[in-house]
Amino acid sequence: MAVAQAAAARGLELKRPSAIPGFGLALGFTLTYLSLIVLIPLAALVLKSATLGFEGFWNIVTGARTLAALRLSFVTSLVAATINAVFGVIIAWVLVRYRFPGRRLLDAFVDLPFALPTAVAGIALTVLYAPNGWIGSLLAPLGIKVAYTPLGITIALIFIGLPFVVRTVQPVLEELDRELEEASATLGANRRQTVFRVMLPSLLPAILTGFALALARAVGEYGSVIFIAGNLPFISEIAPLLIIIRLEEFSYPQAAAIGTAMLLISFGILLFVHLVQAWQRRRFGHD
Amino acid sequence: MTDAAIAPLLVSESRGSLVTTEKLPVRVILITVAVVFLVLFLLLPLAAVFVEAFRAGIGAYVAAITELDALAAIRLTLLVAAIAVPANIVFGLAASWVIAKFEFKGKSVLNTLIDLPFSVSPVISGLIYVLLFGAQGYFGPYLQSHGIQIIFALPGIVLATIFVTFPFVARELVPSMQEQGTQEEEAALSLGASGWKTFFKVTLPNIRWALLYGVVLCNARAMGEFGAVSVVSGHIRGKTNTMPLHVEILYNEYSFAAAFAVASLLALLALITLVIKIGLEWRYADQIAASRRH
Repeated sequence: MAVAQAAAARGLELKRPSAIPGFGLALGFTLTYLSLIVLIPLAALVLKSATLGFEGFWNIVTGARTLAALRLSFVTSLVAATINAVFGVIIAWVLVRYRFPGRRLLDAFVDLPFALPTAVAGIALTVLYAPNGWIGSLLAPLGIKVAYTPLGITIALIFIGLPFVVRTVQPVLEELDRELEEASATLGANRRQTVFRVMLPSLLPAILTGFALALARAVGEYGSVIFIAGNLPFISEIAPLLIIIRLEEFSYPQAAAIGTAMLLISFGILLFVHLVQAWQRRRFGHD
Repeated sequence: MTDAAIAPLLVSESRGSLVTTEKLPVRVILITVAVVFLVLFLLLPLAAVFVEAFRAGIGAYVAAITELDALAAIRLTLLVAAIAVPANIVFGLAASWVIAKFEFKGKSVLNTLIDLPFSVSPVISGLIYVLLFGAQGYFGPYLQSHGIQIIFALPGIVLATIFVTFPFVARELVPSMQEQGTQEEEAALSLGASGWKTFFKVTLPNIRWALLYGVVLCNARAMGEFGAVSVVSGHIRGKTNTMPLHVEILYNEYSFAAAFAVASLLALLALITLVIKIGLEWRYADQIAASRRH
């Protein structure tokens, strides 16, 4: 409380004069709430890992089982985000550029993974891809096993990440200047050259941002994955699940260390997004 | 001008429609790819929820969602949302008021911090409260000696839910309030209205659709959150099980029809959320600045 009030008082000095009232109260409440709900609890996580010392932290994070879980989470997320980047761009392109029956409905459905609770998505994907499921039974004769393997994890992460790419690329594509395409065509480029050498480069920052957002979400995803994953240590055990297992063993420092490692990974990804956007502003002069 | 000079112009004119779009076969292929991908990855899972829910018949469906533990889970989910959503509404209003109406140092940092919970894994969102309030957490011994239970009880579930839904209202309100500017408030104040009256009569009506938009998204996530709540709940049947956790328990007990029956209620909530969201986006696109913002 005292910290928030002090910060509020400091903010008061540093704020530009205004006729609007309520700055102190609103800022005080905002900072108090933010500190109590977000900052202090996250600080507890970092503090708990810090008690391990760097060596202790490093030993836990690079322990065979933890490393396998982190690697699995990251690799499946990377594959899913890449697939989403490709198909997300196609979907955004189709939704923005073409007119066909059912387009608006399809557009609306893209947000489904944002709205559908992850546990519901998880059990639905599992019954679909289980060996006796609608899709699983078609793949089983081909020798392809999806549910309870890393492939299943990837499928769940594709589901959860798709809207990030579509919704990031869509508005940029909508505002893309048609005159550029016309100019390119006038200068003798064929359509493929125009798309790949004129349009896609301008979409690239948005695609990278969507890719990174989908990746960041996928690395930490739990609900939609655990049902389809199989959860075998070293094979199909994701990092968030390992945190829960460590908590159930009351190994709080272990859980905190894995959590901190994951937090660092997602902040690294977000830093990447930030850099991409800065680069985009420099290169294109807008965002 | 001779005909020979015009001819090349006519040719390029007739190709004009193709210059900024693709050939028909390419268009058809791309539309097919998009539709197949969306049906396969989004529509089919949704359909599976409802098909599996009714697989054992209407009677079993009704029995599953009116069973005592299911009703307790529904009640708890509604209760948690009824606490978490209003808390985040008050925060969203305060934060957007500060960020949109004033210029001060550290504003962009504050803006960034508000989005922070979105980049934290749901499991970590639960973990941090266990580290604080769990039996071996920082405040665990104190809470235990005073008989206060936060983890494996309602307060923990509410805290974790508030954390994961933290940015929803604020991130919709900030751009909306920024677009409104401060002129209307300044006019009301100069005419003698009090600060609170200005807020309720001038500011709030201007941002009501953006607020509703944020609240709908916040509520959907609050009722559907699984990972964070799973960590802090303790899974006590009939007591600390929310609907998504109840779905998990039923599923792990191989009561598939019952699991999908409860899941279908959550899927219905998702569909209602989507309909309201899209309705708001179409109708009040100008007032919901955030709907197309990234």
